[in-house]
Amino acid sequence: MILGGIDIVVLIATLMAASTPVLLAATGELVAEKAGVLNLGVEGMMIMGAVGGFAAAVATGSPVLGFLGGALAGAAMALIFAFLTQVLLSNQVATGLALTLFGLGLSALIGKGFEGVRPPPTPKLPFGPLAEIPVAGRILFSHDWMVYASLALVAATWWFLRHSRAGLILRAVGENHDAAHALGYRVVAVRVTALAFGGALAGLGGAYLSLVRVPQWTEGMTAGAGWIALAIVVFASWRPERVLLGAYLFGGITAIQLQMQAAGYKIPVHLLTMAPYVVTIVALVLITALHRRGAQAAPAALGRSFHAST
Amino acid sequence: MLLTVEGLTKAYPGVLANDGVSFAVAPGEVHALLGENGAGKSTLVKMIYGLVKPDAGAMRLHGAPYEPAEPRAARAAGVAMVFQHFSLFEALSVAENVALGMENPPPMRALAGRIRAVSNAYGLPLDPNRTVGDLSAGERQRVEIIRCLLQDPKLLIMDEPTSVLTPQEVEILFHTLRKLAAEGTAILYISHKLEEIRALCDTATILRGGRVVASCAPRDKSARELAEMMVGAELKPVDRTGRRAGAMVLQVAGLDLAPLSPFGPALRGVGFDLRRGEVLGIGGVAGNGQEELLAALSGERPTAPGTVLLDGRDIAALGPNARRRLGVLAAPEERLGHAAAPDLSLTDNAILTGTVRKPLTRKGFIDKSAARSFAQSVISAFDVRTPGPDVAARALSGGNLQKFVIGREVLQDPVVLVVNQPTWGVDAAAAAAIRQALLDLAARGAAVIAISQDLDELLEISDRFAALNEGRLSAPRDTAQLTLEEIGLMLGGAHGMQEAAP
Repeated sequence: MILGGIDIVVLIATLMAASTPVLLAATGELVAEKAGVLNLGVEGMMIMGAVGGFAAAVATGSPVLGFLGGALAGAAMALIFAFLTQVLLSNQVATGLALTLFGLGLSALIGKGFEGVRPPPTPKLPFGPLAEIPVAGRILFSHDWMVYASLALVAATWWFLRHSRAGLILRAVGENHDAAHALGYRVVAVRVTALAFGGALAGLGGAYLSLVRVPQWTEGMTAGAGWIALAIVVFASWRPERVLLGAYLFGGITAIQLQMQAAGYKIPVHLLTMAPYVVTIVALVLITALHRRGAQAAPAALGRSFHAST
Repeated sequence: MLLTVEGLTKAYPGVLANDGVSFAVAPGEVHALLGENGAGKSTLVKMIYGLVKPDAGAMRLHGAPYEPAEPRAARAAGVAMVFQHFSLFEALSVAENVALGMENPPPMRALAGRIRAVSNAYGLPLDPNRTVGDLSAGERQRVEIIRCLLQDPKLLIMDEPTSVLTPQEVEILFHTLRKLAAEGTAILYISHKLEEIRALCDTATILRGGRVVASCAPRDKSARELAEMMVGAELKPVDRTGRRAGAMVLQVAGLDLAPLSPFGPALRGVGFDLRRGEVLGIGGVAGNGQEELLAALSGERPTAPGTVLLDGRDIAALGPNARRRLGVLAAPEERLGHAAAPDLSLTDNAILTGTVRKPLTRKGFIDKSAARSFAQSVISAFDVRTPGPDVAARALSGGNLQKFVIGREVLQDPVVLVVNQPTWGVDAAAAAAIRQALLDLAARGAAVIAISQDLDELLEISDRFAALNEGRLSAPRDTAQLTLEEIGLMLGGAHGMQEAAP
């Protein structure tokens, strides 16, 4: 199926892979923000996940251990943030920005020895005859396991926040930390856990970039994906299903513009490269505008420091 | 005895909040804790609920030692608490809020069924699926109470439960509490409203300065005697004499305003006239447009031309400073953050609203000594208890800061003064002083608009009364001819909530 020089089936298949890093990072950030913490360090955690995952995969030869390493690197970054903002009560915005700068710098330093190295390949899941089904086979059954894992994580996050007791406590902490404390819930512990989860997912997203998408290590390779993840969380009104939509939209435009470049469209490359960012933000702004309460869906305690006074 | 408290002591830096407090509560007893702000009531119940650890002393529950390390332990022992500032989560549903207050909640669907059953059994119907942010204050309190009742408490602590309720809602609440007491639940009841305590409570323990100064059966005492025991001095009744209604000064008509907050109401067609020397009381349960009305009158939110006239001049488009220049001043409800900047000193806070009518600046520069002496004059005239005008507003207790922000406006000689909840959370003596100051201001020829939830207060100081309900203002009526029941109906009764038939 070819439309205007672009193969639609290939496009959709690429879209899912292209969206995975942002989807993972945004889902992680969603959980942290639902607990009431604004962590602007997503970009820094992602790039640390990218370099950490890459190093672990190259050192062990196992992409699985690589992803694990990426998640641990992201979570470690998040725990630095958690210590500063939850224990020392530093300003969340400033600390998050610093975390991004720190991550970009540190990853460049660590990554020096890995430039030009090829990571061990992450195999596609063998679906056998299923992958031979026309159209659907190519779209649904031609991916590596992280793509399916990311979708499962979104579904699990949705279920966790919506239906589990622990998810209810997490939302309560993000909604009104004083009341949650008065009821005897441990606000700081909940927030630190949520942050670590968010960091691990951002790290996974970063590792997916360096191990599967590119696949190699280059300095600053996240190229703003962490910021897009942050924007998606806000415009998705803190709902996992809309985060999925936003991330796939971003990935979709990324895939289209790459294919348009390949198909030789006479549009300046800069405009095409810009398109995913612009279109994602415009679309999400429209969604928010259509849902009157959308902008007010923010967790009420988002970004506010908690200090038990009694 | 169900609960025995012996010699509980708790010190905070610089303050002895509780000093050897002892009392006992029997099963089925409604026991009042009385005291001014800072007398130590909140600290005491926080220790019973496990939020604060005592420095010394012991508690016994059912005769066994009782030392709750955290609220969870207190709840497990059968102690439940309804907080003064609601501990609810606005964006969550009723059922979710209830589940958060329980140790081992059943699955959501079963819980929703139990909420329906228990709430109807106690005459407090509630829909478990509604979002708490959409509920009225009375309904929110039901959520808190139901949350406690579902745990089958032996001791229920209620901290200022009626401050946000209409008289009808108070009746429903008392009915529920009496029913609970009859079933053997002990209730520890904290309130400033002495008439309510006389109507509801069997015994009262009176605290002053962290110590128990008396205990009595409140039914045998008058509200005045109780107040004097709390304060430790004689109280003067407010003096309403010496006022004459003068010329028309403020006319408001057809005033509309969009809500200031997502769950707030819009003002619709608000109108009234105000004369010099008159106090207009505006009653209503919080969240019915009080903040919006204050914003429209103070100039924080400009309104359509011709909706606000001062001495016949249209001031609807003027901002707060332009209105201050003309003599329209306001003291908003939220003390920290709206009426005063928390981290600025009292002097700086005095400059923030005072500089338009008082010479506190010279050629655009602050005149520190003039500002300081203005702040000092507010402090001495209104008996604000503070080390001095250089202290940050945040460091003052609620009552003292309230005296400061009201005094700051009163000393600027307003033509019209608008106050919102002038005595909210302020103890009896300070509240009486604030009310007297408003009356004295009116006696000097100013017009006063007092927006308040405290109906007794409005009946005490206002000449005419109007009710604000869902953003609409009723026609003002002379207070002298009003009964409390009529006022309750003007306020919208129990907001359409009826007691369910048992």
